[in-house]
Amino acid sequence: MKSLLILAAAEGEEHNPLIPLWEEIAISLVVFAILFFAIKKFVAPNFETTFAERTQAIEGGIAAAESKQAEADAKLAELEQQLADARHEAARIREEAREQGAAIVAELREQAQAESARIVEHGKAQIEAERQQAVTSLRAEVGTLATGLAGRIVGESLEDDERQARVVERFLAELETADASDAGKDA
Amino acid sequence: MIIEASATVRAEEFHAPGPAIFELPPVFEIGSLGVTKPMLQLVIAAVIVFAFFHLALRRRALVPGRLQFAGEGAYGFVRNSVARDIIGGHDFQKFVPYLVTVFFFILVNNLFASTPFFQFPTFSRAGMAYGLAGMSWVIYNAVGIRKHGFLGYLKLQCVPAGVSPAMYPLLVPLEFFSNILVRPVTLALRLFCNMFAGHILLVLFATGGLYLMQHVDGIGYVAGPLAWVLAILVSFLEILVQFLQAYVFTLLNAMYIQGALADEH
Repeated sequence: MKSLLILAAAEGEEHNPLIPLWEEIAISLVVFAILFFAIKKFVAPNFETTFAERTQAIEGGIAAAESKQAEADAKLAELEQQLADARHEAARIREEAREQGAAIVAELREQAQAESARIVEHGKAQIEAERQQAVTSLRAEVGTLATGLAGRIVGESLEDDERQARVVERFLAELETADASDAGKDA
Repeated sequence: MIIEASATVRAEEFHAPGPAIFELPPVFEIGSLGVTKPMLQLVIAAVIVFAFFHLALRRRALVPGRLQFAGEGAYGFVRNSVARDIIGGHDFQKFVPYLVTVFFFILVNNLFASTPFFQFPTFSRAGMAYGLAGMSWVIYNAVGIRKHGFLGYLKLQCVPAGVSPAMYPLLVPLEFFSNILVRPVTLALRLFCNMFAGHILLVLFATGGLYLMQHVDGIGYVAGPLAWVLAILVSFLEILVQFLQAYVFTLLNAMYIQGALADEH
Protein backbone atom coordinates (compact mmCIF):
# COMPACT_ATOMS: atom_id res chain seq x y z
CA MET A 1 0.00 0.00 0.00
CA LYS A 2 2.76 2.34 0.94
CA SER A 3 4.63 1.78 -2.29
CA LEU A 4 1.41 2.60 -4.11
CA LEU A 5 1.12 5.87 -2.18
CA ILE A 6 4.70 6.79 -2.84
CA LEU A 7 4.12 6.02 -6.48
CA ALA A 8 1.04 8.25 -6.47
CA ALA A 9 2.90 11.04 -4.72
CA ALA A 10 5.78 10.72 -7.13
CA GLU A 11 3.45 11.12 -10.02
CA GLY A 12 2.08 14.29 -8.38
CA GLU A 13 -1.42 12.87 -8.11
CA GLU A 14 -3.66 13.29 -5.12
CA HIS A 15 -3.91 10.08 -3.22
CA ASN A 16 -7.31 8.76 -2.23
CA PRO A 17 -8.12 10.23 1.20
CA LEU A 18 -9.81 7.00 2.23
CA ILE A 19 -6.53 5.14 2.02
CA PRO A 20 -4.79 5.52 5.38
CA LEU A 21 -1.17 5.98 6.25
CA TRP A 22 0.00 3.28 8.62
CA GLU A 23 1.88 5.84 10.73
CA GLU A 24 -1.36 7.65 11.45
CA ILE A 25 -3.13 4.48 12.53
CA ALA A 26 -0.20 3.62 14.76
CA ILE A 27 0.21 7.04 16.33
CA SER A 28 -3.50 7.46 16.98
CA LEU A 29 -3.57 4.11 18.80
CA VAL A 30 -0.41 4.84 20.77
CA VAL A 31 -1.52 8.29 21.87
CA PHE A 32 -4.97 7.00 22.71
CA ALA A 33 -3.50 4.15 24.75
CA ILE A 34 -1.27 6.51 26.73
CA LEU A 35 -4.17 8.85 27.45
CA PHE A 36 -6.39 5.92 28.37
CA PHE A 37 -3.94 4.54 30.91
CA ALA A 38 -3.33 7.99 32.36
CA ILE A 39 -7.06 8.54 32.81
CA LYS A 40 -7.63 5.03 34.14
CA LYS A 41 -4.84 5.37 36.66
CA PHE A 42 -5.02 9.01 37.77
CA VAL A 43 -8.38 10.48 36.82
CA ALA A 44 -11.18 7.94 37.10
CA PRO A 45 -10.27 6.57 40.58
CA ASN A 46 -10.06 10.08 41.99
CA PHE A 47 -13.44 11.04 40.61
CA GLU A 48 -15.01 7.80 41.80
CA THR A 49 -13.52 8.29 45.27
CA THR A 50 -14.85 11.83 45.37
CA PHE A 51 -18.31 10.70 44.32
CA ALA A 52 -18.31 7.88 46.85
CA GLU A 53 -17.07 10.13 49.64
CA ARG A 54 -19.68 12.73 48.81
CA THR A 55 -22.45 10.15 48.77
CA GLN A 56 -21.23 8.81 52.08
CA ALA A 57 -20.98 12.30 53.57
CA ILE A 58 -24.53 13.10 52.55
CA GLU A 59 -25.91 9.77 53.72
CA GLY A 60 -23.89 10.03 56.93
CA GLY A 61 -25.28 13.50 57.52
CA ILE A 62 -28.80 12.24 57.00
CA ALA A 63 -28.19 9.31 59.35
CA ALA A 64 -26.71 11.62 61.98
CA ALA A 65 -29.68 13.96 61.68
CA GLU A 66 -32.05 11.03 62.00
CA SER A 67 -30.32 9.72 65.10
CA LYS A 68 -30.34 13.22 66.61
CA GLN A 69 -34.04 13.50 65.85
CA ALA A 70 -34.71 10.15 67.48
CA GLU A 71 -32.66 11.21 70.48
CA ALA A 72 -34.61 14.44 70.78
CA ASP A 73 -37.89 12.56 70.49
CA ALA A 74 -36.81 10.16 73.22
CA LYS A 75 -35.76 13.05 75.43
CA LEU A 76 -39.05 14.81 74.85
CA ALA A 77 -40.99 11.67 75.71
CA GLU A 78 -38.87 11.25 78.81
CA LEU A 79 -39.48 14.84 79.89
CA GLU A 80 -43.19 14.49 79.28
CA GLN A 81 -43.17 11.33 81.32
CA GLN A 82 -41.31 13.12 84.09
CA LEU A 83 -43.78 16.00 83.95
CA ALA A 84 -46.72 13.60 84.18
CA ASP A 85 -45.02 11.84 87.06
CA ALA A 86 -44.44 15.13 88.81
CA ARG A 87 -48.07 16.12 88.34
CA HIS A 88 -49.18 12.77 89.65
CA GLU A 89 -46.86 13.11 92.59
CA ALA A 90 -48.13 16.61 93.34
CA ALA A 91 -51.71 15.41 93.23
CA ARG A 92 -50.84 12.55 95.51
CA ILE A 93 -49.07 14.84 97.95
CA ARG A 94 -52.02 17.25 97.95
CA GLU A 95 -54.39 14.40 98.61
CA GLU A 96 -52.19 13.12 101.38
CA ALA A 97 -51.94 16.57 102.93
CA ARG A 98 -55.69 16.95 102.86
CA GLU A 99 -56.10 13.60 104.52
CA GLN A 100 -53.47 14.44 107.06
CA GLY A 101 -55.10 17.80 107.74
CA ALA A 102 -58.45 16.16 108.23
CA ALA A 103 -56.86 13.61 110.52
CA ILE A 104 -55.12 16.33 112.51
CA VAL A 105 -58.33 18.31 112.85
CA ALA A 106 -60.20 15.25 113.97
CA GLU A 107 -57.49 14.39 116.46
CA LEU A 108 -57.41 17.90 117.83
CA ARG A 109 -61.14 17.92 118.16
CA GLU A 110 -60.97 14.66 120.01
CA GLN A 111 -58.25 16.00 122.25
CA ALA A 112 -60.22 19.15 122.93
CA GLN A 113 -63.30 17.16 123.75
CA ALA A 114 -61.29 14.94 126.02
CA GLU A 115 -59.74 17.99 127.64
CA SER A 116 -63.08 19.65 128.15
CA ALA A 117 -64.50 16.46 129.53
CA ARG A 118 -61.53 16.23 131.81
CA ILE A 119 -61.95 19.84 132.94
CA VAL A 120 -65.64 19.32 133.55
CA GLU A 121 -64.87 16.16 135.44
CA HIS A 122 -62.23 17.96 137.44
CA GLY A 123 -64.66 20.78 138.26
CA LYS A 124 -67.28 18.36 139.33
CA ALA A 125 -64.83 16.55 141.51
CA GLN A 126 -63.66 19.81 143.02
CA ILE A 127 -67.20 20.93 143.66
CA GLU A 128 -67.95 17.58 145.22
CA ALA A 129 -64.87 17.81 147.38
CA GLU A 130 -65.72 21.34 148.45
CA ARG A 131 -69.24 20.32 149.16
CA GLN A 132 -67.95 17.40 151.13
CA GLN A 133 -65.65 19.73 152.97
CA ALA A 134 -68.50 22.14 153.60
CA VAL A 135 -70.66 19.33 154.76
CA THR A 136 -67.90 18.09 157.02
CA SER A 137 -67.15 21.55 158.42
CA LEU A 138 -70.87 22.30 158.71
CA ARG A 139 -71.36 19.09 160.45
CA ALA A 140 -68.59 19.91 162.89
CA GLU A 141 -69.95 23.42 163.38
CA VAL A 142 -73.46 22.18 163.83
CA GLY A 143 -72.11 19.75 166.39
CA THR A 144 -70.28 22.57 168.21
CA LEU A 145 -73.29 24.83 167.97
CA ALA A 146 -75.55 22.09 169.09
CA THR A 147 -73.18 21.35 171.95
CA GLY A 148 -73.00 25.07 172.80
CA LEU A 149 -76.71 25.34 172.60
CA ALA A 150 -77.09 22.26 174.66
CA GLY A 151 -74.59 23.64 177.24
CA ARG A 152 -76.52 26.83 177.47
CA ILE A 153 -79.72 25.07 177.77
CA VAL A 154 -78.26 22.89 180.40
CA GLY A 155 -76.56 25.84 182.13
CA GLU A 156 -79.79 27.87 182.35
CA SER A 157 -81.40 24.89 184.00
CA LEU A 158 -84.07 23.67 182.01
CA GLU A 159 -86.85 23.96 184.55
CA ASP A 160 -89.69 25.42 182.79
CA ASP A 161 -90.84 25.68 179.32
CA GLU A 162 -90.88 29.45 179.40
CA ARG A 163 -87.23 29.75 180.28
CA GLN A 164 -86.37 27.09 177.77
CA ALA A 165 -88.16 28.98 175.03
CA ARG A 166 -86.33 32.18 176.05
CA VAL A 167 -82.94 30.46 175.80
CA VAL A 168 -83.71 29.15 172.37
CA GLU A 169 -84.95 32.53 171.24
CA ARG A 170 -81.78 34.22 172.46
CA PHE A 171 -79.57 31.63 170.89
CA LEU A 172 -81.19 32.02 167.52
CA ALA A 173 -80.93 35.78 167.78
CA GLU A 174 -77.21 35.49 168.47
CA LEU A 175 -76.88 33.27 165.53
CA GLU A 176 -78.70 35.72 163.28
CA THR A 177 -76.53 38.68 164.42
CA ALA A 178 -73.46 36.56 163.84
CA ASP A 179 -74.77 35.73 160.39
CA ALA A 180 -75.61 39.38 159.71
CA SER A 181 -72.15 40.56 160.73
CA ASP A 182 -70.63 37.79 158.66
CA ALA A 183 -72.73 38.86 155.71
CA GLY A 184 -71.77 42.53 156.22
CA LYS A 185 -68.12 41.53 156.35
CA ASP A 186 -68.50 39.58 153.10
CA ALA A 187 -70.26 42.44 151.39
CA MET B 1 -25.76 37.15 -14.80
CA ILE B 2 -23.62 34.06 -15.02
CA ILE B 3 -22.46 35.10 -18.39
CA GLU B 4 -21.77 38.58 -17.12
CA ALA B 5 -19.84 37.28 -14.12
CA SER B 6 -17.77 34.92 -16.20
CA ALA B 7 -17.09 37.75 -18.60
CA THR B 8 -15.55 39.81 -15.83
CA VAL B 9 -13.20 37.09 -14.60
CA ARG B 10 -9.81 38.65 -14.93
CA ALA B 11 -7.17 36.25 -13.79
CA GLU B 12 -6.67 32.53 -13.26
CA GLU B 13 -9.60 30.21 -12.65
CA PHE B 14 -10.79 29.30 -9.17
CA HIS B 15 -9.43 25.99 -7.90
CA ALA B 16 -11.95 24.48 -5.53
CA PRO B 17 -10.32 22.91 -2.46
CA GLY B 18 -9.99 19.14 -2.81
CA PRO B 19 -8.44 16.22 -0.98
CA ALA B 20 -5.05 17.78 -1.57
CA ILE B 21 -5.60 20.31 1.23
CA PHE B 22 -5.41 17.44 3.71
CA GLU B 23 -1.96 16.40 2.50
CA LEU B 24 0.21 18.48 4.78
CA PRO B 25 3.97 18.38 4.61
CA PRO B 26 5.77 17.03 7.67
CA VAL B 27 6.54 19.62 10.34
CA PHE B 28 9.71 17.75 11.19
CA GLU B 29 11.05 14.27 10.72
CA ILE B 30 12.12 11.61 13.17
CA GLY B 31 14.18 9.17 11.19
CA SER B 32 12.06 8.23 8.23
CA LEU B 33 8.81 9.24 9.98
CA GLY B 34 7.50 12.58 8.84
CA VAL B 35 5.64 14.14 11.78
CA THR B 36 2.67 16.06 10.41
CA LYS B 37 0.38 18.61 12.02
CA PRO B 38 -2.49 16.18 12.74
CA MET B 39 -0.03 13.87 14.49
CA LEU B 40 1.09 16.72 16.72
CA GLN B 41 -2.54 17.60 17.33
CA LEU B 42 -3.19 14.07 18.59
CA VAL B 43 -0.48 14.48 21.19
CA ILE B 44 -1.57 18.00 22.16
CA ALA B 45 -5.17 16.84 22.53
CA ALA B 46 -4.11 14.03 24.84
CA VAL B 47 -2.07 16.48 26.91
CA ILE B 48 -4.99 18.94 27.09
CA VAL B 49 -7.48 16.27 28.16
CA PHE B 50 -5.22 14.88 30.83
CA ALA B 51 -4.14 18.33 32.03
CA PHE B 52 -7.75 19.43 32.36
CA PHE B 53 -8.73 16.46 34.50
CA HIS B 54 -5.52 16.57 36.46
CA LEU B 55 -5.96 20.25 37.31
CA ALA B 56 -9.62 19.68 38.15
CA LEU B 57 -8.57 17.01 40.63
CA ARG B 58 -5.51 18.76 42.03
CA ARG B 59 -7.29 20.15 45.06
CA ARG B 60 -9.87 17.45 45.43
CA ALA B 61 -12.58 18.32 47.95
CA LEU B 62 -16.04 17.13 48.88
CA VAL B 63 -17.33 20.60 48.12
CA PRO B 64 -15.85 21.21 44.68
CA GLY B 65 -14.20 24.40 43.48
CA ARG B 66 -15.05 25.86 40.12
CA LEU B 67 -12.55 23.82 38.12
CA GLN B 68 -13.31 20.62 39.99
CA PHE B 69 -17.00 21.21 39.36
CA ALA B 70 -16.31 21.56 35.63
CA GLY B 71 -14.18 18.40 35.68
CA GLU B 72 -16.84 16.47 37.55
CA GLY B 73 -19.46 17.71 35.12
CA ALA B 74 -17.39 16.57 32.14
CA TYR B 75 -16.49 13.21 33.65
CA GLY B 76 -19.98 12.71 35.07
CA PHE B 77 -21.57 13.45 31.70
CA VAL B 78 -19.88 10.46 30.07
CA ARG B 79 -20.04 8.35 33.21
CA ASN B 80 -23.74 8.84 33.90
CA SER B 81 -25.50 9.67 30.66
CA VAL B 82 -23.44 7.36 28.46
CA ALA B 83 -21.83 4.57 30.47
CA ARG B 84 -24.38 4.11 33.23
CA ASP B 85 -27.50 4.73 31.19
CA ILE B 86 -26.50 2.43 28.34
CA ILE B 87 -24.28 -0.29 29.82
CA GLY B 88 -25.91 -0.08 33.24
CA GLY B 89 -25.75 -2.64 35.99
CA HIS B 90 -22.52 -3.14 37.87
CA ASP B 91 -20.49 -3.58 34.70
CA PHE B 92 -20.48 0.02 33.53
CA GLN B 93 -17.85 1.14 36.03
CA LYS B 94 -15.15 -0.83 34.20
CA PHE B 95 -15.77 0.97 30.92
CA VAL B 96 -15.98 4.52 32.24
CA PRO B 97 -12.27 5.33 31.80
CA TYR B 98 -12.35 3.99 28.24
CA LEU B 99 -15.49 5.90 27.26
CA VAL B 100 -14.28 9.09 28.94
CA THR B 101 -11.01 8.84 27.03
CA VAL B 102 -12.80 8.18 23.73
CA PHE B 103 -15.18 11.09 24.13
CA PHE B 104 -12.77 13.78 25.23
CA PHE B 105 -9.93 12.65 22.97
CA ILE B 106 -12.17 12.83 19.91
CA LEU B 107 -13.92 15.99 21.11
CA VAL B 108 -10.72 17.98 21.55
CA ASN B 109 -9.30 16.70 18.27
CA ASN B 110 -12.51 17.69 16.47
CA LEU B 111 -12.61 21.11 18.10
CA PHE B 112 -9.13 21.76 16.76
CA ALA B 113 -10.87 22.28 13.42
CA SER B 114 -12.44 25.44 14.79
CA THR B 115 -9.59 26.49 17.07
CA PRO B 116 -7.42 29.38 15.86
CA PHE B 117 -3.86 28.36 14.88
CA PHE B 118 -4.87 24.68 14.67
CA GLN B 119 -7.82 24.89 12.29
CA PHE B 120 -7.47 21.34 11.15
CA PRO B 121 -9.64 18.41 12.20
CA THR B 122 -7.35 15.59 13.24
CA PHE B 123 -9.81 12.90 12.19
CA SER B 124 -10.07 14.22 8.66
CA ARG B 125 -7.03 11.97 8.27
CA ALA B 126 -8.64 8.60 7.58
CA GLY B 127 -5.89 6.65 9.34
CA MET B 128 -6.64 8.27 12.69
CA ALA B 129 -10.34 7.43 12.44
CA TYR B 130 -9.52 3.86 11.31
CA GLY B 131 -7.27 3.46 14.32
CA LEU B 132 -9.94 4.38 16.85
CA ALA B 133 -12.68 2.46 15.04
CA GLY B 134 -10.52 -0.65 14.81
CA MET B 135 -9.75 -0.35 18.50
CA SER B 136 -13.50 -0.09 19.26
CA TRP B 137 -14.13 -3.21 17.19
CA VAL B 138 -11.47 -5.18 19.05
CA ILE B 139 -12.75 -4.01 22.42
CA TYR B 140 -16.43 -4.78 22.06
CA ASN B 141 -15.76 -8.15 20.46
CA ALA B 142 -13.18 -9.03 23.11
CA VAL B 143 -15.60 -8.05 25.86
CA GLY B 144 -18.30 -10.26 24.34
CA ILE B 145 -16.01 -13.25 23.75
CA ARG B 146 -14.68 -13.02 27.29
CA LYS B 147 -18.17 -13.11 28.71
CA HIS B 148 -19.88 -15.64 26.43
CA GLY B 149 -17.03 -17.62 24.89
CA PHE B 150 -16.25 -17.47 21.19
CA LEU B 151 -19.18 -19.55 19.94
CA GLY B 152 -21.57 -18.17 22.50
CA TYR B 153 -20.67 -14.66 21.45
CA LEU B 154 -21.09 -15.46 17.75
CA LYS B 155 -24.48 -16.94 18.52
CA LEU B 156 -25.44 -13.86 20.54
CA GLN B 157 -24.47 -11.48 17.77
CA CYS B 158 -25.66 -13.51 14.78
CA VAL B 159 -28.70 -15.55 15.83
CA PRO B 160 -31.67 -13.31 16.55
CA ALA B 161 -33.92 -14.53 19.34
CA GLY B 162 -37.60 -15.22 18.74
CA VAL B 163 -37.20 -16.08 15.06
CA SER B 164 -38.08 -19.44 13.59
CA PRO B 165 -34.99 -21.47 12.58
CA ALA B 166 -36.28 -21.53 9.01
CA MET B 167 -35.24 -17.91 8.71
CA TYR B 168 -31.71 -18.52 9.98
CA PRO B 169 -30.05 -19.00 6.60
CA LEU B 170 -31.25 -15.55 5.63
CA LEU B 171 -30.84 -13.72 8.93
CA VAL B 172 -27.61 -15.13 10.34
CA PRO B 173 -25.36 -13.82 7.52
CA LEU B 174 -27.16 -10.49 7.66
CA GLU B 175 -26.67 -10.17 11.41
CA PHE B 176 -23.05 -11.20 11.14
CA PHE B 177 -22.54 -8.65 8.41
CA SER B 178 -24.21 -5.79 10.27
CA ASN B 179 -22.98 -6.56 13.80
CA ILE B 180 -19.45 -7.73 13.12
CA LEU B 181 -18.30 -6.44 9.76
CA VAL B 182 -20.05 -3.15 9.14
CA ARG B 183 -19.83 -1.55 12.57
CA PRO B 184 -16.15 -0.56 12.52
CA VAL B 185 -16.49 0.71 8.95
CA THR B 186 -19.44 2.95 9.75
CA LEU B 187 -17.79 4.13 12.96
CA ALA B 188 -14.66 5.16 11.10
CA LEU B 189 -16.35 6.65 8.03
CA ARG B 190 -18.92 8.62 10.01
CA LEU B 191 -16.22 10.38 11.99
CA PHE B 192 -13.78 10.77 9.13
CA CYS B 193 -16.30 12.00 6.55
CA ASN B 194 -17.93 14.53 8.84
CA MET B 195 -14.60 16.07 9.72
CA PHE B 196 -13.34 15.88 6.15
CA ALA B 197 -16.44 17.43 4.62
CA GLY B 198 -16.74 20.10 7.30
CA HIS B 199 -13.19 21.23 6.73
CA ILE B 200 -13.60 21.29 2.96
CA LEU B 201 -16.79 23.30 3.33
CA LEU B 202 -15.06 25.91 5.51
CA VAL B 203 -12.07 26.15 3.21
CA LEU B 204 -14.36 26.46 0.22
CA PHE B 205 -16.29 29.36 1.75
CA ALA B 206 -13.14 31.11 2.89
CA THR B 207 -11.05 30.76 -0.29
CA GLY B 208 -14.08 31.17 -2.52
CA GLY B 209 -15.00 34.44 -0.80
CA LEU B 210 -11.46 35.68 -1.19
CA TYR B 211 -11.42 34.69 -4.87
CA LEU B 212 -14.75 36.45 -5.49
CA MET B 213 -13.45 39.67 -3.96
CA GLN B 214 -10.10 39.55 -5.70
CA HIS B 215 -11.02 38.36 -9.15
CA VAL B 216 -14.72 38.98 -9.77
CA ASP B 217 -15.87 42.53 -10.27
CA GLY B 218 -19.39 43.69 -9.51
CA ILE B 219 -21.23 40.87 -7.86
CA GLY B 220 -18.02 39.60 -6.36
CA TYR B 221 -17.88 42.46 -3.89
CA VAL B 222 -21.26 41.39 -2.52
CA ALA B 223 -20.94 37.64 -2.86
CA GLY B 224 -17.43 37.50 -1.38
CA PRO B 225 -18.27 39.02 2.03
CA LEU B 226 -21.51 37.04 2.01
CA ALA B 227 -19.45 33.87 1.60
CA TRP B 228 -17.38 34.83 4.62
CA VAL B 229 -20.49 35.50 6.69
CA LEU B 230 -21.67 32.06 5.68
CA ALA B 231 -18.26 30.67 6.61
CA ILE B 232 -18.75 32.03 10.12
CA LEU B 233 -22.22 30.53 10.37
CA VAL B 234 -20.95 27.21 9.01
CA SER B 235 -18.22 27.33 11.65
CA PHE B 236 -20.83 27.33 14.38
CA LEU B 237 -22.61 24.48 12.67
CA GLU B 238 -19.29 22.66 12.50
CA ILE B 239 -18.70 23.11 16.23
CA LEU B 240 -22.03 21.39 16.79
CA VAL B 241 -21.07 18.61 14.38
CA GLN B 242 -17.69 18.20 16.08
CA PHE B 243 -19.37 17.72 19.44
CA LEU B 244 -22.04 15.43 18.03
CA GLN B 245 -19.53 13.20 16.27
CA ALA B 246 -17.52 12.75 19.46
CA TYR B 247 -20.74 12.00 21.33
CA VAL B 248 -22.05 9.56 18.70
CA PHE B 249 -18.74 7.71 18.54
CA THR B 250 -18.76 7.29 22.32
CA LEU B 251 -22.44 6.42 22.43
CA LEU B 252 -22.06 3.72 19.78
CA ASN B 253 -19.05 2.30 21.60
CA ALA B 254 -21.16 2.03 24.73
CA MET B 255 -24.05 0.44 22.82
CA TYR B 256 -21.77 -2.12 21.13
CA ILE B 257 -20.27 -3.04 24.50
CA GLN B 258 -23.74 -3.30 26.02
CA GLY B 259 -24.85 -5.52 23.12
CA ALA B 260 -21.81 -7.74 23.58
CA LEU B 261 -22.50 -8.09 27.30
CA ALA B 262 -26.25 -8.67 26.93
CA ASP B 263 -27.63 -11.99 28.09
CA GLU B 264 -30.51 -12.09 25.65
CA HIS B 265 -30.80 -10.51 22.28
